[in-house]
Amino acid sequence: MIVYGVALLSACLILGMAMGQILGVLLGVEANVGGVGLAMLLLVFASNSELFKSLTQETAASGIKFWSAMYIPIVVAMAARQNVAAAVDGGLLALSAGVAAVLISFALVPMIAKIGRAAPPDTAQFEE
Amino acid sequence: MDIIESVFIRNNLIVAFAAVGIVMWVSYFLANKLTAGRIHGSAIAIAIGLLAAYWGGIATGGTRGVSDFALLGGIGLMGGGMMRDFAIVATAFGVHLSELKKAGIAGVISIFAGVIVSFIVGAVIAVLFGYTDPAAITTIGAGAVTYIVGPVTGEAIGASDAVITLSVAAGLVKSILVMIGTPMIARHIGLDNPQTAMVFGGMMGTTSGVAAGLAATDPALVPYGAMTATFYTGVGCLLGPSVLFFVVSAMF
Repeated sequence: MIVYGVALLSACLILGMAMGQILGVLLGVEANVGGVGLAMLLLVFASNSELFKSLTQETAASGIKFWSAMYIPIVVAMAARQNVAAAVDGGLLALSAGVAAVLISFALVPMIAKIGRAAPPDTAQFEE
Repeated sequence: MDIIESVFIRNNLIVAFAAVGIVMWVSYFLANKLTAGRIHGSAIAIAIGLLAAYWGGIATGGTRGVSDFALLGGIGLMGGGMMRDFAIVATAFGVHLSELKKAGIAGVISIFAGVIVSFIVGAVIAVLFGYTDPAAITTIGAGAVTYIVGPVTGEAIGASDAVITLSVAAGLVKSILVMIGTPMIARHIGLDNPQTAMVFGGMMGTTSGVAAGLAATDPALVPYGAMTATFYTGVGCLLGPSVLFFVVSAMF
């Protein structure tokens, strides 16, 4: 049943969001801390586990894959509902702050990515 | 006219599916015919979405882009946080735990480094523009983190409404630039593997920006980048009104 996969996906999102909300309260923050990331981890665990096999294989899997494939169209709709006019109206200060933050962060990506690769790459390859 | 309008409004989510489908078709057609596949179809679709959002904002004076037109109200639901998060989580299906573990430490470092670097850049620019009030400097710095961290921080430390609005605008500029810039810059920063994608998500942080930027670069990288990016706003909201505000207050 396709709906089993959809239901598993929904359960992961709701659980993850609840965990993110609780984490936010514990940290004293007015925000959901990593709810979506935690939900993704739950789905990764579920899809790698024997226990949930019946919810992640065959037709049930297509219920998850459908939403995964809808991701790009949903992102296009998301782009179409951004407050672009406000970003343009923000003037030179907002523009410089946003542009500079992006450019410097882009430039630092390769440096920080190296930290991960400095850790023994050979052993990682043996595991596979 | 009334009949069409009421059908469109009553079925607005379905209208959105059809409208986005048409935009996708046109975009992929253009990508293949005009650029011979050099520019990703989804990059063109996202650019069309942003242009439409700008037009919607100008024409209606609203804050939700093209979805402020009643006939396209469904775009607001389809592209809203609920559907976006649902689809992002779905992309994690098929992700291998070993890939996540490989970038574990770098991923965590990137989240903190990303928040702090963006904050410093935003704060320095606020100072260059003549701000001397610590609350204003902190709020604008927080806006350069994301457009959610800006107002959360500003309200917590009592910044003025004008400054909070500026911080949101800075965050929006960042988010939009990440959407457009990622496919262009990807090759130069080695963004072609899951580990770098996780670091990228942690450094940039804006979930919308990372989600769209990676989609236009390589959809296979989306789950990795999105996973770290979704922690970023939370960490920003944690550091902004506390540690970062204290440091700025001590300096000004």
